Amino acid sequence: MSGLRLIVGRSLRRHLLSTTITVLSVALATGLVMAVFAVSQQARMAFTGGPLGFDAVLGARGSQVQLVLNTVFHLETSPGNVPWRLYEELRDDKRVELALPYALGDNYEGYRIVGTSEEVFTRFEYSEGKRFELQPGSRAFDAGRREAVIGARVARETGLGVGSHLHPSHGVERNPIEDHVHEEEYVVCGVLEPTNSPNDRVIWIPLEGIWRMDGHRLRGTGEEYEPEDGVAIEDGHKELSAVVLKLKSPQAGFSLSNQINRVGKEATLAWPIGATMAQLFDKLGWMARILEVVAYLVVVVAAGSILASLYNTMNERRREFAILRSLGARRATVFGVILVEAQVIALLGCALGYLVFVAILLGAGGLVRDQTGVVLDLWVWHPAFLWTPIGMLAMGAVAGLLPALKAYATDVAQTLSQGS
Amino acid sequence: MALLHISNLRKDYVDPDGVARTVIDIPSFQLEAGRQVALAGRSGCGKTTFLNLISGIATPDQGSIQLDGRELVGLSDAERDRLRANEIGYVYQRFFLLEGYSALENVLLGMMFGPGPDRALARGLLERLGLGDRLNHRPHQLSIGQQQRVAVARALANRPKLVLADEPTGSLDVQNAEEALKLLRGLCEEEGAALLLVSHDAHLLATFDTRLDLADLNRASVGGPA
Repeated sequence: MSGLRLIVGRSLRRHLLSTTITVLSVALATGLVMAVFAVSQQARMAFTGGPLGFDAVLGARGSQVQLVLNTVFHLETSPGNVPWRLYEELRDDKRVELALPYALGDNYEGYRIVGTSEEVFTRFEYSEGKRFELQPGSRAFDAGRREAVIGARVARETGLGVGSHLHPSHGVERNPIEDHVHEEEYVVCGVLEPTNSPNDRVIWIPLEGIWRMDGHRLRGTGEEYEPEDGVAIEDGHKELSAVVLKLKSPQAGFSLSNQINRVGKEATLAWPIGATMAQLFDKLGWMARILEVVAYLVVVVAAGSILASLYNTMNERRREFAILRSLGARRATVFGVILVEAQVIALLGCALGYLVFVAILLGAGGLVRDQTGVVLDLWVWHPAFLWTPIGMLAMGAVAGLLPALKAYATDVAQTLSQGS
Repeated sequence: MALLHISNLRKDYVDPDGVARTVIDIPSFQLEAGRQVALAGRSGCGKTTFLNLISGIATPDQGSIQLDGRELVGLSDAERDRLRANEIGYVYQRFFLLEGYSALENVLLGMMFGPGPDRALARGLLERLGLGDRLNHRPHQLSIGQQQRVAVARALANRPKLVLADEPTGSLDVQNAEEALKLLRGLCEEEGAALLLVSHDAHLLATFDTRLDLADLNRASVGGPA
C-alpha cells in the first residue's frame, strides 16, 4: 500500500501542471453541478414556498404571475389598475382579515415607490408573524403629509436617512433616457430594519401621494381626472395597482378565487401566491433542465480531462511500468496505480469543488439579492451535495479505466528491450 | 539439487515479416545454488530472451524452468510476479532505474513488491556500495557507475536466490566495469545468491571460473543470429 502511495504521489507531483489543471476542471464541474441544483432549489423555494404573511393579491385582469411579481417581489410592471370600489368591497368582506391597498407608478433612483395605507406598518405581515420594524429615530409616515419610509437597502444604497429629501421620478423603474422627476418633495421620516425580502428595496409613501403626484391621472370613472390640491378625491376616481389580502381561511381563498376569477370579469386574484409562482417556475423548467445538462456536460468534460491527462502520460510511463513489473509489481498493481491516480484527482477536485460551490453560491445569492431583493437560503441541504462528488468519483474511475488498461497490458520484455 | 533447472526450453518469435523464428532452443541447463556462471554470447543470440524467460518476464513456448524445485512454466502472471519479486534479482545493462525516485527509493520500490520495504536494509546496501552520501540523489544526479551500483543494490535488496545480470557493465568504462563487477560478485557471494551473468565482453567473462557459451547451449543460434 505504501508503494502504491509513493508511486501515485510521485506521479501526481511529477505531472503537477496537468494534475493541477485537471483537479481544477473537476472542481469547477463539481461546484457547478452542486450550485445549479442548490440555486435552482433555493430560488424556487424563495419565490414559491416562502412563509408569506398574506395569502392573495388582487389586481387588474390579466396574468397572475405578473401580478405577484409586481406586488410581492416588486418586479415587472403593473398589469393595470383596479377601481377603489373593489378594495372597499374586499376590506369589508367577512372572509378577509386585511386588505392593503398598493398604488404604484414612481421610483427614486430605480427603487420603487409604493403608495399604501399606514396599516402596512401596523397590521401587515410581510412574512408569517413578521411585521416591519422601524429603525431607532424613525416613525411611520403621516398619511396627510409628503413623507416616506424607506427600506433598509434603499437607505444603504442611496444614502437616504431620516430627514433626507427626495423627488420621485415617474415610472416604476428608472428611465435613464427620459427621466421625469416629479415636483413633489418627500421627507424621509423612517427607515425600516432589514427584512431580507424584496421590501428592503421599496420606498413607502401615503396612498394619496401617488394619486396626487404631478402628471398622474386617475381613471376610476373611466374618464381622466387630475386631483387638485386641497380638494378631496372622490372615491369613484380612485384607482389602485393591487390589493394585498390576508384571508381568514383557505376556504375564503377558494370562494374569492371563484368569485373574482371565474364569475367576475373586472379583476384577477392571484391565490395561492406560492402556486402562482410555481406555475412560472414550471414554465421556466426547461431553462433549469438546460442548465443541468450543461453542468452534466462539464462533468463529462472534466472526466475527459482526467482521461486525457493520464493517457497522455502513458507513453512516458510505459517504461516506468515495465520496470516496476520487472521488479515484481503485478499487472493489477500498475492497473491500480492509474485508477488510484484518477480517484485522487477526482477526490481533490471534489474537495476543491465545495469551495467553487460556495463561491458560485455567494455570487449567485448576491446577484439574486441585488436584482430582486429575494434572499436565498443557500445553506440548505440538497442531495446533490452527496451524489455529485460520488458521481464525479465514479466518472473519475471510468476515466481512469482506459489508461489503466494500457498500463495493465504493458509488455515488459518488449518495452525494456526498446529501452525507451 | 540445482537451484535452476532448465530442460527443452523453446521460444519462438514471429518477425515483422510474419516469419516464425526460434530464438531459444535449449535442451538442458543447470545452475547450482550460490554458483556464479558467465554466459558468453554474441549480440542478438538470445541472451536477453533467455534471462527474461528465467525471470518470468517472458513465457516460453515449451519446456521447463524450475527454480529451487518450483516449476515456473504454467504459473499465472501474478505467481510469476511474486516469484520474481522474492527469488530473483535482475541487473540490466541500462540499469532501468526509475527517474522520479531517489537512489534509496529505487531500492525500496524493489522491496515493496517482495518481502516489503526495509529502509535500514536498503540504506545499508547502498552504504556498502559506497553510496551512503547519495541516498537522496535522483538517477540523473548520479554518475553512470553510481547508477549501476544502485541497480545492483536493488537487485540484491530482497535477498534473492538467483541474480540475473544482462551485460551489467556494458554501459561502463573499464575501470567502472571492473569495480561494478567486483561489487556485484562480492555481494552475491555474501548473500549466498547464485549469479547468472551474460555478456559478450571477453575481458569480463575471463574473470569467471565457470564460463559457458550460449551458442553451445542454444540450438537455435546455430544458424546465425536470432
